[in-house]
Amino acid sequence: MFSLERWQEIFETIRKNKLRTFLTGLSVASGIFILVVLLALGQGMQNGIANEFERDATNRISVWSGVTSVGYKGLNPGRMVEMTNEDYNYLIEKYEDDLEFKSAVYRIWSGNLTYGKETGSYRVEGVYPDYQFLENESLVAGRYINYSDQEEKTKVVVIGNKVKQDLFGNEDALGKLIQVNGINFYVVGVYSDPGGEREETRVFVPISTSQRVFGGADKVRNLGFTLKPKANFEATLAQSVQFSEEIEAFLKERHLVSPDDTSAININNTLEDAKRFYDLIFMIKAFFWGVGIFTIVAGVVGVSNIMLIIVKERTKEIGIRKALGAEPWSIISMILHESIFVTAIAGFTGLLFSMMLLEVIGPNLQMDYIRNPTVNFNVAISTVGILVLAGALAGFVPAWRAARIKPIAALREE
Amino acid sequence: MITIKDLHKSYTMGTNSLHVLKGINFSVEEGELVSIMGSSGSGKSTLLNILGMLDEADQGSYTLDGTPIKNLNEKIAARYRNKFLGFIFQSFNLINYKSALDNVGMPLYYQGMKRSERIDKAMAYLEKVGLANWAHHMPNELSGGQKQRVAIARALASDPKVLLADEPTGALDTKTSYEVMELIQGINDEGKTILVVTHEDDIAHMTKRIVNLKDGLIIDDTKINQVRASAHV
Repeated sequence: MFSLERWQEIFETIRKNKLRTFLTGLSVASGIFILVVLLALGQGMQNGIANEFERDATNRISVWSGVTSVGYKGLNPGRMVEMTNEDYNYLIEKYEDDLEFKSAVYRIWSGNLTYGKETGSYRVEGVYPDYQFLENESLVAGRYINYSDQEEKTKVVVIGNKVKQDLFGNEDALGKLIQVNGINFYVVGVYSDPGGEREETRVFVPISTSQRVFGGADKVRNLGFTLKPKANFEATLAQSVQFSEEIEAFLKERHLVSPDDTSAININNTLEDAKRFYDLIFMIKAFFWGVGIFTIVAGVVGVSNIMLIIVKERTKEIGIRKALGAEPWSIISMILHESIFVTAIAGFTGLLFSMMLLEVIGPNLQMDYIRNPTVNFNVAISTVGILVLAGALAGFVPAWRAARIKPIAALREE
Repeated sequence: MITIKDLHKSYTMGTNSLHVLKGINFSVEEGELVSIMGSSGSGKSTLLNILGMLDEADQGSYTLDGTPIKNLNEKIAARYRNKFLGFIFQSFNLINYKSALDNVGMPLYYQGMKRSERIDKAMAYLEKVGLANWAHHMPNELSGGQKQRVAIARALASDPKVLLADEPTGALDTKTSYEVMELIQGINDEGKTILVVTHEDDIAHMTKRIVNLKDGLIIDDTKINQVRASAHV
């Protein structure tokens, strides 16, 4: 079936029928092109949104307190609720088995950092060692806050990449003394954060140190937790939601906050947000797939249409070939061979062009929520395969009919 | 070479049934040059189509070179056509996107012959019909007479037992017609059995035997003295 003779025959036919071949190819190539670009765009959106979540651990649960909005048990609204070390210690003990990372935060919003002549205002946060993972930070140099810093209330600081650039420039920051609000701290580490510069303009000190030197006593501004992942996403999410509800109830009760209060105890569950976004991405991707598939269907219909016309146009030729001794199968396979060859070449051309487009504009596309649009190569190849197969099937019926035409009827055809 | 007994054929057109062949008995020996004559509607083309296995008879027997032609499926019919028969049509029926040479090579392609061998053989037949210099021309670059010569070369290419010509000069002027008939006579002189369907008297008289058809029956079947076409050219 795939003899050299057949190929020569096919190439000759194609060479002599350039326009027809070109039109068939165009509908196939554009179908593939559109599908690949759409799929890549879907992936780009997913990448973009996933990137937004990379700033912090995706399963992070944050708790912060505020001012009460409703009166409760004889207390007036407008009362400031402040969490304490005691709350934190109670929670980490109670949920010890479930928690993966945990940290309380005591922060001062604008700390004045000075090194030599350079000075700047940055967020200073007192944290536990786990905070590195809650913030999804990685160390560029040195180390993070550790347990003994915590115990001994040492005056050490881990600074963000941006802070290091601002204060030290190209100079090595490790082991240097900087002043934080006039108090000397040793720089022990420099970190980077996938969230970018905004997340790197912060410095971290042990929470025990910050509570002592910045007058925090046992106050805690913020709690951050992640839970150990369960077997699947649904279970993880369910546990996470339950955990959020439980700590909210606990904190409200402990600080005499009405269960209906919406501002005194605030909990942000990143996982829930993530789920919402992933659902959205799923919808968008499904939509793109739908559009893509319909494009392919349109392409297949186009191919079938052209195949029908080709067979109609070649009826007389088929009659001649049959009169000269062509067997029905040789007619069918000739037409199919040609259509498969053309759709395959055109499909791969469309694929190539779309891949080239993605290569060129993909990395240069700097938009929120669209990042590095790529397409799974296997998916793209399979799509071409499906289109070729569909083209072959679409060609088969007219080819089959053509092969059954009596040569005499075909010869009368003008 | 050809034996036909009691051949019947009807066509159904809407609700009417048209009985075209009403019992043809007919045989052709090897090396004969026979013309089948008759006015339009006499059934001569139908007879030729049945002989050519392009159409099937309703009833009767047909033997070609000792092989009974019956219960044909498309595949066997195609094989027999390739092996036994060469066709020459009024409208030439060349494949218009193939060169003269490739047209002549078509039957050989379906015999499964290698391309190089095919081209050599096709070239030899084009030389035989005097068109070697036109081998790489497309059909639309050829005159009617040249096209018919290519068609004859193609019919000969598979070295068939019988050549079937359906009004081979129908689309040609008189001079060209005689040239084509001269070629056909030459091929017959080499021993090839040829059947020509025509309604032109002069063409019929250039064969060796005239079979006259009327209303689906043979009314006359006589051997004649052949008029050499070369005398008219």
